[in-house]
Amino acid sequence: MQLYLPIAEVSVNAFVLLGLGGLVGFLSGLFGVGGGFLITPLLMLIGVPSGVAVATGANQVVASSISGVLAQFKRRAVDMKMGTVLTIGGLVGSTVGGYVFDLMGKLGQTDLFVQLSYVLFLGLVGGMMLTESIRSLRRVGAPKVRRGTVHAIVHELPFKVKFRASGLYISIIPPLVAGFFVGFLSAIMGVGGGFIMVPLMIYILGMPTKVVVGTSLFQITFVTAYTTLVHAVTHHTVDMMLALLLILGGVIGAQIGTKVGIRLKAEQLRILLSLLVLAVAVKIGFDLVLTPSELYSVTTLGVGR
Amino acid sequence: MRWLLLLLALALPLRAEEIVSGVSTSDVSIDTSFNGTAILIYGAAMREAPPPDWPLLQVIVTVEGPATPLVIRKKERVAGIWLNRGAVQIASAPSFYAVATTGELGDILSPKEDAKHHVSIPSTIEAIAGAEDEEAYVQALQRIREGTGQYRLAQNAVLLLRQSLFRTDITLPANLIEGDYRVRIFLTRGGEVVDMQENVIDVRKAGIERWLYNLAMEQPLAYGLLSLIMAMVAGWGASELFRRFRW
Repeated sequence: MQLYLPIAEVSVNAFVLLGLGGLVGFLSGLFGVGGGFLITPLLMLIGVPSGVAVATGANQVVASSISGVLAQFKRRAVDMKMGTVLTIGGLVGSTVGGYVFDLMGKLGQTDLFVQLSYVLFLGLVGGMMLTESIRSLRRVGAPKVRRGTVHAIVHELPFKVKFRASGLYISIIPPLVAGFFVGFLSAIMGVGGGFIMVPLMIYILGMPTKVVVGTSLFQITFVTAYTTLVHAVTHHTVDMMLALLLILGGVIGAQIGTKVGIRLKAEQLRILLSLLVLAVAVKIGFDLVLTPSELYSVTTLGVGR
Repeated sequence: MRWLLLLLALALPLRAEEIVSGVSTSDVSIDTSFNGTAILIYGAAMREAPPPDWPLLQVIVTVEGPATPLVIRKKERVAGIWLNRGAVQIASAPSFYAVATTGELGDILSPKEDAKHHVSIPSTIEAIAGAEDEEAYVQALQRIREGTGQYRLAQNAVLLLRQSLFRTDITLPANLIEGDYRVRIFLTRGGEVVDMQENVIDVRKAGIERWLYNLAMEQPLAYGLLSLIMAMVAGWGASELFRRFRW
């Protein structure tokens, strides 16, 4: 069944979109990630213009993270205060990211910029997760969370604030910077940024694991909602029809993914996720290095694009 | 109906050789299930005196979508990585352009007439002068858009009967941009344009497509908020539904 998307102005198969949403939803349910890092490149692959893919990807992440954050609220696993500080940083970061994105567009380097960010950050996080989980698989018993030496520096900074739910008394600067950084990436990569935020919370901020997922989802919901609005107002690139189909496929996929995820061990899941993240990084990396079949590209400067 | 129009036209006084034509549709609405559409362009060459035996009458039909400015970029390898280096600005290029003819375009239309009427695909692309290998860029644009079906040259696709009646089908693709689509019909003899006629097909989004598009362009904040509400309701509602059923 072909469906004409009103904003993307392309006709795509509705079942392909449902399937795409379902696949990404399945993976996000399985691994507990938003899946933005998969949906944006996949949408571009099926012919959705990159601007629409980034903006609509953000809208889809809102849907997938809102149900997650509500579930975490019920389990009291959200540090509201920390989440708010991270969100403030995130909103500023997203605004700056959007500005840099436009600047790169004017220079004609959007694709390069987005691709390099994907290779760099997915490669870095995927590699770190893989080595970490292999190490913890080898270790007998429950894996312990290592807190790096950076954690000590965090304690030296001024403007200390109490974060009761996290049991922390730290400076407000590191969470603001972490939020800014993730918000920045969210705007240029069309992702929620959970894959960066979670390690930052554990290793840099030293937050206890029980509030990490809920708090990161809290921040992601607000930052991606803001990103969606910014794209809708300044670029008119949010395609509601596209988002609706992705979300419908996504919620069904996520439910199945969650069921399957329960049956797998946490270490196995982390290895699988790190391999998936690395695979995306390697694929995009190859695209940068291999000789493209078409050296030329066309960017329309028409209305609304 | 269309033959009636033809008969009516026959009764009117005519110039030496004049086009009487029709288009199967004057409006195309893009709704949710829009998957491209075929339009029929037909007509006849009307004349008062018997036509010359030579050169033969030829027909060219073009359909042209709204033009936009654009940038063509070329990748080069820098330190092992492919990145955009060169760029050429195009002042105006049609978003869709199809040419159907009764013969080889180069044979039935002289370069002078092509430059005057902008009939061939490259002649519709208006570059901003300056770049050194501008031609390679324009060729690339043509190649890319031919690949996506946005530009089409269908030689010998116009059926011409008894040097008078002609018809051709032109398929508008699924990834259509809305706007006025200009249909032009040229009669040529020996490369010279004898007569030309223009029609317009109005391509518009309809129904929910129209509504969403208008809202996104005219009330972007309301549209953005609506997208968020939709995402929240769908995300929360679906997980709630699954939880109720204890799936």
